Amino acid sequence: MSDVTTTSVDVRDVRRKFGDRVVLDDLSLTIGESEFVVLLGPSGCGKSTLLRLLGGLDRPDAGTVTVPRERAIVFQNDRLLPWQRVLRNVTIGLYEAGADERALAVLDEVGLKDHARAWPKTLSGGEAQRVSLARALVTEPDLVLLDEPFAALDAITRLRMHDLVRELRRKHNAAMLLVTHDVDEAIALADRILVMSDGRIGSSYDVRLDQDERAIGTAREDLRASLLGDLGLAAVH
Amino acid sequence: MSTGFAPARVRSPRAVSAPRERATETFTAPAGRDGSRLTRLRRRVRWPLGIYTTPVAILVLWQVTSELGWLPEKIAPAPTAIVQAGIDLWKIGELGTDLTTSLRRVGIGLAIGLTIGITTGIIAGLLRSGEYLFNGVVQIVHTIPLLAVLPLMIVWFGIDELTKVLLISFGAGVPMYLNLFAAIRGVDQRLIEMARAAGVGRARLISRVLLPGALPGFLVGLRFSLAYSVLGLVAAETVNANAGIGYLINRAQTYLRTDQVFLGLVIYAVIGLLADQFVRILERVLLQWRPSYEAQ
Repeated sequence: MSDVTTTSVDVRDVRRKFGDRVVLDDLSLTIGESEFVVLLGPSGCGKSTLLRLLGGLDRPDAGTVTVPRERAIVFQNDRLLPWQRVLRNVTIGLYEAGADERALAVLDEVGLKDHARAWPKTLSGGEAQRVSLARALVTEPDLVLLDEPFAALDAITRLRMHDLVRELRRKHNAAMLLVTHDVDEAIALADRILVMSDGRIGSSYDVRLDQDERAIGTAREDLRASLLGDLGLAAVH
Repeated sequence: MSTGFAPARVRSPRAVSAPRERATETFTAPAGRDGSRLTRLRRRVRWPLGIYTTPVAILVLWQVTSELGWLPEKIAPAPTAIVQAGIDLWKIGELGTDLTTSLRRVGIGLAIGLTIGITTGIIAGLLRSGEYLFNGVVQIVHTIPLLAVLPLMIVWFGIDELTKVLLISFGAGVPMYLNLFAAIRGVDQRLIEMARAAGVGRARLISRVLLPGALPGFLVGLRFSLAYSVLGLVAAETVNANAGIGYLINRAQTYLRTDQVFLGLVIYAVIGLLADQFVRILERVLLQWRPSYEAQ
């Protein structure tokens, strides 16, 4: 999958600094069409800054960022509008006719069709994050940016969300970039894992494992050890 | 300091060797959680101690001391006498006239004040230029006490209805503007960012994010506006009027009719209470989505 045929995201020599602190230092990155890239790195390494640049929420100090016009972001917190019911939260970015039907269809995909009339306050953390997944996918984006979307969820819910994301990927043919600090999450989902360090992409791993190999096996453990090594955690494990 | 006080960190040695029984706590269902209808009703009004207890006790005490003749009628007539004064004034048609006059003044004043306060509040909240245009003026005007404006209004507009209505709209408009402006600016920045990322246009950002998000602050403003408009009414009617509740109180004062003075105060209190209840009902309907809101 890493053989990039058509490029979805093209980041060239991007630099971003806040005051004197250089967060992104001549970083370059390409993501292919319908490729799932996981960006791994410790807190504060600049991965969220990169994601904000890709989402168009921030501008680089130098370099160029080229992304598809149709893109969506799933934030760390669900960021649902508390004063709108679930359905209206999903249709927020839809302007075409038939928005409600499309929203209901996507809500069905994330298993929340029955909650369309519910207020966000009545949802559990996992349900709220599924709604924000639906909100991102309903516009049929070419690129979905996920900013540690499952970090606040409990371990069991997180595993269910991984299954859901894999399933949604099969249906929606979008490139995805997931930012996380969870090595196991990266192995579970990625076509390609990028480890960030010092404001650049430090190392890159193509993950050509099937679903069972991602769950258990020596290939998985080797990959995990390499990733932890890159993160500077090798001695601990 | 040789009085025998031990330094704080030195503790008396505990007997370590003796096996100490660990203290435990056991929680079970409290008695009568789902009791009879009577006990549930009692719990809801928190009888005998609830928010109604003190007012009711004072009323009863007041009535009893009045009837025993301990409380002079000139100071405070019995509650029943105040009610009777209301009935008498209603029968000769004066209370009705005064009441409608006062309510009309508040109604017109509120309509003008809220219209101006809401319009300018929204413009200033949404636009930087609107903020520059209105905010300075309102902040300055806000520091002038409502009652101190009255003499100026009388000089400008005389002692007619216009002065009264303008004083009321002044009282209503300023808090509405201030609260609405702050509420729109206070909408969660992360939600605005989310909307931008979702490709939401300006019109929808205003209608689905900014204005609904400002609703709680708007209702706070409305509550202040209603309270200040009643204050403006009292001030306007007490200075010069030939009809209205304030006029009723003034006239009663002249003739030393303490019962009618009390009647006027009670009416003001009821108007304030109804206005407050009105906002509460609005909150219950419009703010169902709030996490702090509990049904029933």
